[in-house]
Amino acid sequence: MSRVIVVTSGKGGVGKTTTSAAFSTGLALRGYKTVVIDFDVGLRNLDLIMGCERRVVYDFVNVVKQESNLNQALIKDKRVENLFVLPASQTRDKDALTQEGVGHVIAELKQNFDYIVCDSPAGIEHGAQMAMYYADEALVVTNPEVSSVRDSDRIIGLLASKTWRAEKNEDPVQEHLLITRYAPERVDTGDMLSADDIQEILAIPFLGAIPESDSVLQASNAGIPITLDESSNAGQAYHDIVARFLGEDRQQRFLTAEKKGLIARLFGG
Amino acid sequence: MTGLLDYFRSTPRNSASLAKERLQIIVAHERGVRQRGPDYLPKLQQELLAVVRKYVHVEDTDIRVSMENEDGCEVLELNISLPENNA
Repeated sequence: MSRVIVVTSGKGGVGKTTTSAAFSTGLALRGYKTVVIDFDVGLRNLDLIMGCERRVVYDFVNVVKQESNLNQALIKDKRVENLFVLPASQTRDKDALTQEGVGHVIAELKQNFDYIVCDSPAGIEHGAQMAMYYADEALVVTNPEVSSVRDSDRIIGLLASKTWRAEKNEDPVQEHLLITRYAPERVDTGDMLSADDIQEILAIPFLGAIPESDSVLQASNAGIPITLDESSNAGQAYHDIVARFLGEDRQQRFLTAEKKGLIARLFGG
Repeated sequence: MTGLLDYFRSTPRNSASLAKERLQIIVAHERGVRQRGPDYLPKLQQELLAVVRKYVHVEDTDIRVSMENEDGCEVLELNISLPENNA
């Protein structure tokens, strides 16, 4: 049984594409045949983050409009077995995706893939709703910051009403909270919302936190999904998240500050 | 011990707890608005009222439309109080 996973957030710039690339790479590394689809029509970027921007010939909109077949548009990753990218169109407008057309493509992908990861555009309009419509599970990407948390709550509301599962009275979309750009030292000094605070407000199951890390920018500069950089905290955190998503019991790491000064240790801060 | 540490911290109230408090208020409010039902409810209420008025005179306040979720089943409830002598 293949599963459709939407990576969504409402707010832009919180790490949806980074997460889509890292998460799908993590699934493929574990042997699952995985495809990651860029739903951001007109503002395609997943191809850059995945490092396959020069190999795009046909795109998602071409397939939806039956101007090409799926195999012509799917880009096979050169580093990871079982990993494929379906890029967005850069020239069309976002209304090029129709519910029916997307449904056909997803149904065809389901015959061949274990996981179909949908990288949602920002916002709550058409493109974002197309990305979530056929989802079985959702990764709600949230930064520890007020506007991102509020927008995530809005998206959680849409997942419960504007999806195929909601409309057909099926089991609801399974939601997972994923906190990105987390800085435990700032949480300790009281300047950043903690993972507990965010869980309490959004009230969906917590999958894990990705620590703020320079290596995320370095990886995107090079077009390498951060999961392939196993030396980085962020890469390891994504591996943990993939493991937990697959039902493994992995203790939370990266939620507390690594090193404490002598003073802090003395005073038990 | 933490008390002693707090003593050395300069800000009396940290910004994260302020953020949490503000979020809890706004999120609760916005969820309340969402749960009142779909966007079309007020318009539906107006149009139903217009139809009913073709036959009986009812006041704006005599009609109530609500959407409720019972055991995963959505129920649209329509309540019209007719005047006592509706001849």
